Amino acid sequence: MFSFQVGSLLNIALILGVVLTAAALLIWMERRVLGFFNDRLGPNRVGPFGILQSVADVIKLITKEDWVPPFADKLTFIVAPMIVPIVMLLSFAMVPFAPGVGIIDMNIGLLFILAMAGLASYSAMLGGLASNNKFALLGGLRAAGQMISYEVFMGISLLGVVILSDSFSLRGIVEAQADGWYVIPQFIGFMVFMVAALAESHRWPFDLPEGEAEIISGFNTEYSGMKFGLFFVGEYIGMLLMACLIPVLFFGGWHAPFGLEFGNEIISGVFWMGAKTMVFIVFFILVRAALARPRYDQLMSYGWLVMLPLSLLNLLITGAIVLMQRSS
Amino acid sequence: MLKGLIHQLNIFWSQIVSLYLVFMHLFQKADTVEYPEQKPQTFPRWRGRIILTRDPDGEERCVACNLCAVACPVDCIALQKTEDEEGRWYPEFFRINFSRCIMCGFCEEACPTHAIQLTPDFEMAEYVRQDMVWEKEHMLIDGTGKYHDYNFYKVAGKAIGGKGKGEALDELPPTDRRSLMP
Repeated sequence: MFSFQVGSLLNIALILGVVLTAAALLIWMERRVLGFFNDRLGPNRVGPFGILQSVADVIKLITKEDWVPPFADKLTFIVAPMIVPIVMLLSFAMVPFAPGVGIIDMNIGLLFILAMAGLASYSAMLGGLASNNKFALLGGLRAAGQMISYEVFMGISLLGVVILSDSFSLRGIVEAQADGWYVIPQFIGFMVFMVAALAESHRWPFDLPEGEAEIISGFNTEYSGMKFGLFFVGEYIGMLLMACLIPVLFFGGWHAPFGLEFGNEIISGVFWMGAKTMVFIVFFILVRAALARPRYDQLMSYGWLVMLPLSLLNLLITGAIVLMQRSS
Repeated sequence: MLKGLIHQLNIFWSQIVSLYLVFMHLFQKADTVEYPEQKPQTFPRWRGRIILTRDPDGEERCVACNLCAVACPVDCIALQKTEDEEGRWYPEFFRINFSRCIMCGFCEEACPTHAIQLTPDFEMAEYVRQDMVWEKEHMLIDGTGKYHDYNFYKVAGKAIGGKGKGEALDELPPTDRRSLMP
């Protein structure tokens, strides 16, 4: 029971603890790294290097007045912020961190994650709807529109990986990459998935549901205290999930690059998985620092007119090549 | 079709370039001045806390002319004139409410005797609002501030104890009207 085996109690406790701690640290790390990109220092006052900034944030959020506006739909208003952290944590059950480290190995793991990512946008939609505020409603509408148009090619861009590995299980996909990462045969799929992952976690430059320059704070305008904190933490767990998924699907998961494995395979696997995840987290922060938010119609036309045909083309070519190889 | 494709590739390339340029900022030194540990450099003409100065002889420069109080756009200066036995004017009280002061420096410009001056000190926060009201004994310094040689009563025509009419610097003795006969 207390051994490194997929689904053991030790695994579940460790992964939950590490993911929640990492999400809290990520809030600090994003502000700090964003500061470095902007030639600033970022939060460096609380604790060594400011590492306890998230603790200070949480204390502030918990001690704030937890206010439900009288004009809001109370039940939905309270339920909406809970959806996104729960759903994102559920998705983490599928992620294989190393051989023997993971919570569950489902044969439809990829589909499960896509379904959960779809459910996560209910958080923004319901939150925007229940607030009974026109800006929150606009934010919720944008979240819904963005979800519908970006979920489509997010799924299609992953089908290339599924065709190559013959598996919907994330562990199976990683194991199939032992002799070559999928980023090379699936480069277009990787690019498309990257964009979709940014859009899916509502991160810059696809933060139109929040769009603080236009619609105050979008769907979470009326939220305060820990309810807002749940939206916030959920967004960061989502970012962490996407930063874990990209290595798993395209960069060989726990497989070390250039045969740089060391120690036993669990330590080496967790190290390389963590290192690859960290690279993509920093890339997400870099994207936030560098790129401007598009107009909403540009976002939509970009999704439907560029990304969708690109992902379909990628699927077509991958399918054709795999069919040719297998028939010969 | 081709034009559109090139346009899209151009857009994509410009995003890559801006990602690269922002990434390179990771290796640049931060511009932040970490304030409480690292003091910013302020300059002699900085308009900070207001002081009252003394002339080179160590006497109060302020002659309680009220010009600073008149010039003050937020009416934060209050003073009352009085006179000593030598005939020197000086303020009986001189009060500045720093919670209203906007550091505009008009009082310094208006002052005919260089008495009131603004200094580079900007750390003026207090816990109690009443502590923001400074009296003359809080503001009066022992030195001459920015103008070391100026002594108002040495150049002014007013007679005070120890200096009669016509004894000021560059001042002619008073004209004897009766000697101006044609």
